[in-house]
Amino acid sequence: MGDKSQICSVWVGSETGILKGVSLSKKQAFNFCEMNSLSRDQEVSVLCWGDAHETEVLVGCSNGAVKTFSTEKGIFTESRQCGDGTNGKFTGLAVTDSSLVTCVESGLVQVWKEGSTDIVEINAGNSVCRMRQNASQRHQVATGGKETPLKVWDLERPDTPIFTAKNVRNDWLDLQVHEWLRDLAFIPDSEKIVTCTGHHQVRVYDPSSPQRRPVLEVQFGEYPLTALSLPSSPGSVVVGNTQGQVAILDLRKGLVRGCLKGLAGSVRGLQCHPSLPLVASCGLDRFLRIHNLEDRKLQHKVYLKSRLNCVLLPSRDPEVCPAGVDTELEVKEDDGPGDEVWDTMETVTEKTKKRGLEEKADCVGKKMSTKKRKAVKK
Amino acid sequence: MDVEVQPELQDKSKKQKKKMKHLKKRDKPKEQAIEKDVVKESTTADIPPELAFPPTFSVSEIKNKQRRHFMFMKYKQEKRKEQLALKKKRKKERDALGDKAPPKAVPKTIENQRVYDETTVDPEDEEVAFDEGTDEFSAYFNKLTNPKVLITTSDRPRGRTVRFCEQLATVIPDAHVYYRRGLALKKVIPQCIARDFTYLMVINEDRKVPNGLVLCHLPDGPTAHFKVSSVRLRKEMKRRGKDPTEHSPEVILNNFTTRLGHSIGRLFAALFPHDPHFVGRQVATFHNQRDFIFFRFHRYIFKNEKRVGIQELGPRFTLKLRSLQKGTFDSKFGEYEWVHKRHEMDSSRRKFHL
Repeated sequence: MGDKSQICSVWVGSETGILKGVSLSKKQAFNFCEMNSLSRDQEVSVLCWGDAHETEVLVGCSNGAVKTFSTEKGIFTESRQCGDGTNGKFTGLAVTDSSLVTCVESGLVQVWKEGSTDIVEINAGNSVCRMRQNASQRHQVATGGKETPLKVWDLERPDTPIFTAKNVRNDWLDLQVHEWLRDLAFIPDSEKIVTCTGHHQVRVYDPSSPQRRPVLEVQFGEYPLTALSLPSSPGSVVVGNTQGQVAILDLRKGLVRGCLKGLAGSVRGLQCHPSLPLVASCGLDRFLRIHNLEDRKLQHKVYLKSRLNCVLLPSRDPEVCPAGVDTELEVKEDDGPGDEVWDTMETVTEKTKKRGLEEKADCVGKKMSTKKRKAVKK
Repeated sequence: MDVEVQPELQDKSKKQKKKMKHLKKRDKPKEQAIEKDVVKESTTADIPPELAFPPTFSVSEIKNKQRRHFMFMKYKQEKRKEQLALKKKRKKERDALGDKAPPKAVPKTIENQRVYDETTVDPEDEEVAFDEGTDEFSAYFNKLTNPKVLITTSDRPRGRTVRFCEQLATVIPDAHVYYRRGLALKKVIPQCIARDFTYLMVINEDRKVPNGLVLCHLPDGPTAHFKVSSVRLRKEMKRRGKDPTEHSPEVILNNFTTRLGHSIGRLFAALFPHDPHFVGRQVATFHNQRDFIFFRFHRYIFKNEKRVGIQELGPRFTLKLRSLQKGTFDSKFGEYEWVHKRHEMDSSRRKFHL
């Protein structure tokens, strides 16, 4: 198990309660769980890295357990009961210096200190769809959900939120606009927060400015946006909706930069690589897809057999296998049954070939035409 | 069955076009070859090359349209004769060889040239088995629930749709046809759940022709949306048997191989009661071919140990999956498991999803 987990670079949590590791360089996928003790109430709802070196994956199950998976040993090393699942599934999981922050659908944000039993509890609203941590200031988290506005909390002062968003103005009929925040992200190197809603809007909030209403609002498509992620290049955001439409939006003017094609079902998890122009998406169509953000081409497509809930990318290059692991493995896994799954991955290159041909044809055509011209001149 | 006929016709016309192309291609090399010969001759005989006539002609070069047409017809007739002769010859050879004849080549069809689909279900796969064992249909397949179906239509149905609903209700046991009365589906669904219905079936109509089907499994989904075409009601069928009896029919599901296909197959299977009445000798068939699902309803009889007779009872129709949505019907806020995106997905004719 240890060998397998060390070559895996992308981690995916499924609705059947299986943690899946995918190695893009070896083109293989592995399940990390006991197949005889599967059950739906272990559904993986959130994933996050447990430490800075990315050797531990924290897995939030819908029955309230947070399991620690060691990528070096390839086994679940620890399990901690954070709530009992009666308050709903986990909507966010974060690690600060010595404590674990969890958030459930009922809006209860809890901070579990290492080694002590006292819990800090925050009530963030009635139904929270997502909690995210600020990557630069790790004691800051933001929450938001259905009829619950965006709130930014400082975990050291949990009594009042630092920032509470204000709902947008009433519409032209003077009716209240419903709030339904589905996902959010902190924009690095600024205090801004970008959110996406179930009413297909993308909004940018700026807590540093006196305005509590969004400073930018963009509409994309006509179906609820379910996931959002910020790529490494600033000024854009990747959003996905319930029909599998994924687009890169520009945050300066709010225009669509391009769409990522190939998805067949609702997007549940979306994550951009922190330094490379890559985005991983997974969802109800049971595929993990990795697109390049620059040319928007599909790089990898992996069938993972279960509906997928969340995806986790490492900060190193996922396509490069860590050195010093893979000598023995290659021999072992040649007879593995997973090979067929990867046959499809080659198909992505076809289009480029065709284009190449066309270009060649064009070149020939051009040459011909020049020859003709020359002939005419003579 | 009408749908199947059409592609054949198209194929034929395409073949003809191809023949035309071949014809042109074949002529060209000949011309070139002969031209070369002419050039050789000219060099040997010292005749200036300008005097060499084009030794062969291609039909397309004839300027007179009537003449061209006539020559082309003649060419085609000759070719056909040749082909027939060749065919006859081959058959003779086969007959002469008798049992030793090599096996006949399998014709290429877009189904047997199908692009491999990695989601094809392996029956021994533990994970898929677990996924299917705990999905929304598991209650039916564990024999905990009995199907009860509500059939309704879009608002204000007209003649054919109404009859189609009635006939569907005779095919599916324990089906109840209700008039829509302008009710919203989202309001109908909770009432259905309260009355222990396990399916809601809505037939959509456009210009008096049924063209859509929403099949919603209750109480918690999934919902499938189909396009309906080629509906033939009982009255319009030839050589139809007597009206079906109230026995619950056997169900045949053909060719649902991929993961999505399995979900759709289970959706259809759960429409009918668990134990069919074999006394009724009735069979409902959902046959998937090239992502089109053909529905037929038959009565069979064993004539002797070897022969079986079948008699179609009707109705017949064709379905094509448009989307599969998780949860009960919610076209605005529901999450889709699979949506058919024509321009993205239909890039290859040999790629099938079910």
